Amino acid sequence: LVFTEEDKYGLYSNLLFKYFLAEGIVCGHELFVASAKEHPDNILKELPAPLLDNTYRKELGDEGAAVKSEDFQDSMKIAWRYQNLPKVEASPTTHTKFGHYYDISKKMPPELCQSVKWHSFYLHEELSVEPKMKPCNMNSGYAKLLHSIQRIISQEGFDGSDPQKKQRNVLRIGIQSLGSILWGDDVCCSDAPEDPHSLTKFLYVLRGLLRKSLSACIITVPTHLIQNKAIMERVTNLSDMVVGLESFIGSERETNPLYKDYHGLVHVHQIPRLNSLICDVSDTKDLAFRLKRKLFTIE
Amino acid sequence: QGKFTLLRDTRTDGSFLVHHFLSFYLRAGCKVCFVALLQSFSHYNIVAQKLGVSLAAAKERGQLVFLEGLKSCLDLLFGEEEQPGQPIPLQFLSTSDLRALFDFVRVSLTPVDGDSWKGPVLLVDDLSVLLSLGAAPVAVLDFIHYCRMSVCYQLKGNIVVLVHSNEDAEDEENELVVNSLCHHSDLILWAEGLATGFCKDVHGQIKIIKRLSLRQAAEKDLVQIYQYKIQDRNVTFFARGLSAAVL
Repeated sequence: LVFTEEDKYGLYSNLLFKYFLAEGIVCGHELFVASAKEHPDNILKELPAPLLDNTYRKELGDEGAAVKSEDFQDSMKIAWRYQNLPKVEASPTTHTKFGHYYDISKKMPPELCQSVKWHSFYLHEELSVEPKMKPCNMNSGYAKLLHSIQRIISQEGFDGSDPQKKQRNVLRIGIQSLGSILWGDDVCCSDAPEDPHSLTKFLYVLRGLLRKSLSACIITVPTHLIQNKAIMERVTNLSDMVVGLESFIGSERETNPLYKDYHGLVHVHQIPRLNSLICDVSDTKDLAFRLKRKLFTIE
Repeated sequence: QGKFTLLRDTRTDGSFLVHHFLSFYLRAGCKVCFVALLQSFSHYNIVAQKLGVSLAAAKERGQLVFLEGLKSCLDLLFGEEEQPGQPIPLQFLSTSDLRALFDFVRVSLTPVDGDSWKGPVLLVDDLSVLLSLGAAPVAVLDFIHYCRMSVCYQLKGNIVVLVHSNEDAEDEENELVVNSLCHHSDLILWAEGLATGFCKDVHGQIKIIKRLSLRQAAEKDLVQIYQYKIQDRNVTFFARGLSAAVL
């Protein structure tokens, strides 16, 4: 469960969200996109176009190392690590062909988008039928989303415990701006939210669904709006990976000469420690990102 | 026997201690009830195998009772209607009442005729999750209290519980639970991330507090501090400032 703290205007976290989905399409995975803000159909129309092998070198020239989404096997249940980024590289490494590259100035061709199966959840379009989930005092928007995810997992063959003969695939779940007021949660509006447990319960159940299925999930949350520190701590403990994006827009760092080549910082708050005593900690912990015309890079 | 050990982590992941105690007590031949709230069975199994213990085999021979919280939660919320009378340990998700969880623990560890295990052990990873799931701090403390009465006093067994704690987080409910547990623990193992930040050779510091004052009024607690580094199959401890990288 990759928990992404949105940058103030959601620009860059949205970009990462789209990279995650784009990589899913290029890998042939199935997608599940949920949002209360933007219709998933529109999100999918705005994905970056993949760069083909022989053109990417030409495109990238001597720009820094590109963000690579991880290309993973069916057996993994977790999305996405930044650990495999080379530390400081002038050009993309050739020995780790790990994922694909994208050109954000171009949109993904519709034929490619349609080559995979995808499911959408747009809160405002969901029927007002009560979710078939036993009550557990959770915000109804979250409950509907969980029910929807659970249904796709069990009906489309992503349940790891289900014996089945057909070829298994991976389900990539992307949930946009969770916790925002659009989901009916006031955790981003108030220091003492009316229902402080809905978000954490949601994450717990989601974690359970991810653990038992062949899926990976990224959620973006406008944490800069969450004033209650306790909730942030709890949410971190319930996630596998927590990454925060801090953009320089409107901050004093914008004019700091140290950061003149960059648009923001990447904070890796937590990395997964799964199936092992150790976790894969990289040597570099100071990461910054920049957005060029074609490429989003993290260095 | 009859000891309550509190595992505590601040700004770091103390789960290596949980893995240690799990394999330690299983190897010692104890009957273990493991309330695993945050990770899957296979996660613990894979690590336990590296530490030389098979959880699957322990479960098979009745030595390990494993409550996989994530899975039980899904069964509760999305499963078919349960038969009446069936125990539901995670019932508190709907009722905020932890009694069912306590009953589960008590029943799991009460010796059955023919059992030859050496002493029962309750292991919980991690207690802080209960608060995230809507349980009130008082309910959590009551749950622990009942477990202690049952497991430590009646059954003469041991309890090991992991909690997260971070004063900066201003999580008053959690700090309340942690402080209360500290007062009643016989042994506290407190893993902390280094104040200076991440370091490749020293993953953290562990404070071992033997609460001698708990049993004997005039006694003072014994505090030892070590630093540690976690490896694939092992954790090495060393005196502060004396990691292998430095020497």
